Formats: sequence, C-alpha cells, structure tokens
Amino acid sequence: MNGGMRRGARRAAERIAIWGLRGLVYLLLGAAAYVLGDLIWHGAGALSWEFLTAEPVDGGVRGGIFPAIVGTLWLVLGTAAVALPVGMAAAVYLSEYAREGRLTSWIRVAIVTLAGVPSVVFGLFGLGLFVIFFGFGASVLAGSLTLALLILPVIIVASEEALRAVPQSLREGSLALGATPWQTIWYNVLPCALPGMLTGSILGIARAAGETAPILFTAAAFYLPELPGSVFDQVMALPYHLYILATQHPDPAARPMQYGTALVLVGLVLGLNAFAILWRNRFRRRYRL
Amino acid sequence: MSPTDRLRPAVSSPLPRSAAPRTKIEVQGLDFFYGDKQVLFDLHMAIPEHRVTALIGPSGCGKSTFLRTLNRMNEIIEGARMRGRVLLDGQDIYDRSVDVVELRRRVGMVFQRSNPFPKSIFDNVAYGPRVHGERDRTRLAEIVERSLRRAALWDEVAERLDDSAMNLSGGQQQRLCIARALATDPEVLLMDEPASALDPKATAAIEDLIYELKENYTIVIVTHNMQQAARVSDRTAFFYEGRLVEYGETEQVFTRPRNRRTEDYVTGRFG
Ligand SMILES: Nc1ncnc2c1ncn2[C@@H]1O[C@H](COP(=O)(O)OP(=O)(O)O)[C@@H](O)[C@H]1O
Ligand SMILES: [Mg+2]
Repeated sequence: MNGGMRRGARRAAERIAIWGLRGLVYLLLGAAAYVLGDLIWHGAGALSWEFLTAEPVDGGVRGGIFPAIVGTLWLVLGTAAVALPVGMAAAVYLSEYAREGRLTSWIRVAIVTLAGVPSVVFGLFGLGLFVIFFGFGASVLAGSLTLALLILPVIIVASEEALRAVPQSLREGSLALGATPWQTIWYNVLPCALPGMLTGSILGIARAAGETAPILFTAAAFYLPELPGSVFDQVMALPYHLYILATQHPDPAARPMQYGTALVLVGLVLGLNAFAILWRNRFRRRYRL
Repeated sequence: MSPTDRLRPAVSSPLPRSAAPRTKIEVQGLDFFYGDKQVLFDLHMAIPEHRVTALIGPSGCGKSTFLRTLNRMNEIIEGARMRGRVLLDGQDIYDRSVDVVELRRRVGMVFQRSNPFPKSIFDNVAYGPRVHGERDRTRLAEIVERSLRRAALWDEVAERLDDSAMNLSGGQQQRLCIARALATDPEVLLMDEPASALDPKATAAIEDLIYELKENYTIVIVTHNMQQAARVSDRTAFFYEGRLVEYGETEQVFTRPRNRRTEDYVTGRFG
C-alpha cells in the first residue's frame, strides 16, 4: 500500500518535471518565434529591391543598405580567411600533436579566457594593435583580424571536438600502413573531421557577422557609399548601421529601415547557420560517422 | 571440399614442411609496461618465416600488446614503455637507425575490428603505396588489383572500386583491410583476432586466405578461437598473465601440451 503510494508520488513528480522542461522549451521557441515574427512584421515592408541594392540617403532614413551588406560580406570573408586556417591549425596541433601536459592545459586556460573576454575589449585591443600599431587604419583588414581573434576560441574548440570524434582506429590503420603522423592527419583525419570543423567554425563566423563592438573602432564607417576596393579600405557594416539607425535617429521614418536592416542581418546569420547544419548532415550521411 | 577439410593435414601431420624454417622475428627478453603496470614479462620467442604463428590465451594476457610491439604500434600510446629486443631478419627494430615508416611497410597489420577508411575501395587499397610515394595511376591500379585478388575480394568488388568502402559487408571490410595491408608488399602480416566480429562463412573465407598467404608471408595471428588456431597455424604460443607459458608446433601444443595451464586452456577448462 505504502509502496504503491510512494510510486504514485514519484510518477507524479516525474510528470511535473517533464512538463516543466517541456514548458521551458516552448518558452524558448516562443521567444525565438516572437523576435523573428516581430522583425518580419515590421521589417518585411521595408524590404525591396531598392533597399537591398541602393546606397543609403539622408543618413539611412531613405535609400538602401547595399554598402553595409557588401561591407559585412567582406568582413565575414576576411574573418574566415584569417580565423579558419589559424584556428584549425591550432586545433590540429592541440589534438593530434601536443602531448597532454602543463603546456596544453595552459593553452586551454588561455582559450577559455579568450572566449570570456567581452567583445568591446576586443574592439579596443584591435584598435590599439591593428589600427594604430600596425598602421592598418580602420579597415577591412583590421576589422577582420579583430573579429578573427574574437571567434578563434569557438573555432578551436569546435575543431578539436570534430577531430576527437574521428575514430582512433582510423589513425592506427593509417600509421600501421607506414604513413607518417602528418600524412595520417592530412589524408585521413582531416578529411574525416573537416565537415565537423567547418560546421562549428561557420557557426562562429556567423556570430562574428553580427558583432558591433569589435568593428566599431577597427573597420566600420558611419556613412561610406563607395564600396571597398581593397582590404585596407573602411567599410559600412550591417550591425553598425543598425546601431546608428537605432540610436542616432529620432526621425520615425528611420524605424522601418531599422527593422529592414535587422531582418537582413538576422537572415544572413541564420542563412549561414542553416548552411552549416545542412552541410554537416550531408557529410554525416556520407561518412556514416 | 570444405576449407576445414583442406586445412586439416596441416594439423595432423607432425612436421608439415621442411623441418627448420628460417627465423623471421626473434624476440629477446621483452618486458612491456603501461605506465607502472607491467603487462609482458621477459618474453623470448623465435617466429619462423613463411609460417603461421598463433597467439592464444585468456583475454587481457597481453596478446595484442605483444603483437603491437612487433611493428612498434605501441609507441603511439602515451606512457607505454618496453625493454628487450625485437629482431627482424636479425636487425633490432627498436634501434635508432631504423625508420619506423619503412618498418611498418614491411610488417603489416590487420586489426580486430575492421577499420576501412571512409574512402573508396580503390583509395583504401592504394593508401599504403601512395603514402610511400607511388603516384603512377597505372601502377597503382595494378597494385590494387593484385592485392584485392590475394585477399580474395577482387571478384566481389572489381565492378565498383569507386564505391565507398563503408558500404561493404563486415567480412568484405575485413578482407579489404587485409588487401590494404598487402598493398605495401609486407613481409610479415600481424593479425589481431581478424575474424572475431565475423560470421562463420566470412571466418572460413579469412582462414582460407591465411592458409594461402603463408606461402609468401610470415603471419602472426591472435585468436581466442581454439579451433581456428588449430586449423590455420603451424606454431602456437600460449600466453598467460603476460608470460609465454608454452610455445611449440601447433599439433603438439593442442594434443600433447607440456604445461598444465596450456592443457586446461586448450581443452576449454578455463578462458
Ligand atoms: N592502452 C592501454 N593502457 C593501459 N593498459 C592497457 C592498454 N592496453 C591494454 N592494457 C592492459 O594490458 C593488459 C594486456 O592487454 P592486451 O594486450 O590487450 O591483452 P589481450 O590482447 O591478450 O586481450 C590488459 O591488462 C589490459 O588491460
Ligand atoms: Mg586483444
């Protein structure tokens, strides 16, 4: 009797816990849906061919956001070009070469610390190092390097995880055939881990696309209708443009532009994420990992 | 004629072939440690050329560890260390002057769980020659065909060399791994329970294969299957708790073991 009661109570507690967890998930979904819905509701009207392809006029109250889109794409590409090779190389070194020891644990502490540094600090750091000390000026180059530093921890951690998921038996199989450690990594481990590495990295890069603080002092221009000709040019960028529209314009005419810009930015980031996830799924099937 | 019938004479005649084959591998005073834990104790063993030598013993007694000292695969394990000498054709493979890449080309290995690379069948077999510098497409194709034929897999895959190796059946994958090992033209083939994950039919195919391969290769095979050891091997070594308890002609070890433990083990009283 007593046992039965207790069992009943336990089952009730379990049901409550499951409902609680499910509720939290719905809350999360609801919040995401609300943000996205609000953006689309207010921003979709602003979207037009002109909005996407024209220069801003009147400080962004009219016209389009084309230079900001192009600028953000430049920054994303620049960031990827810097952060991918460096981050992946670091991950390969950490997971394939370095013996676990004091040095590697310090490196890991450094990576975690780097991941915890607020992005505005990266912005100031980039200003000091790249813009002033190296003399790159406010430019795509300086901004990309700063953003690359910001997302390096994400790329390293994601890449290490992907490398760790490669079965040890593949490494052994390769070494046992007389392949050198480097050949083993290059011909066997990397091809296997690359999809996972890139997926994690693209998620990091997508985050960089939306950052404002790091490019505030290093790359972004308030108003610059000319498109960049080289990596030494300053650019407009979507997040900074959005920030300006949202904070510097009492003019209610700027509101739809603001929503439209936000929608484009979110679309870009979500697009990158979706691409990364679809890609990962395709490779998972291919390799049956 | 079933494979077993064909193999039986190797077991029932006391000395199947010329009495004293050359020694291919000689192990002298081998001790092995994982960290502080010693798992092999003072092993001495001479492995004959062009014969099949079976390693048997209860699980955890050090068979795999021993096998992996023969191609220095234990070196990639952190904290592993060893004492003693392993001579291949009279030369110590742990000598500083020995190139481990060249050693592993000469001493191939097939693992317990088949581990094909997630690449095409062709690229799996061509992997070894490629990392050793072979780039010529026609020569690679020749090597791939010859190796797959030797591993008795050619007829099944000739039409789909570009398919992923991951789509092969378990038995085919294991034969692919054998073909992959043969492609570097090794002299010695180490096999760690190559049939433990296979069904009886695939196992019989692998055993047939081993029987044919010993014409040209020196084979060392770990197995926990007594019948298999009796069927395929010329010599049998019984390991127990890191020590080599008995080593001799397979027929003798199975029918007239000198040691009580060996007898208990081969008759299935423990293990
Ligand atoms: N990488 C390793 N690290 C530490 N101990 C190991 C490792 N591999 C095997 N051992 C231990 O060494 C002993 C021998 O293992 P192994 O050679 O795999 O035996 P067998 O192949 O005969 O089953 C076992 O006690 C096992 O637990
Ligand atoms: Mg074993």
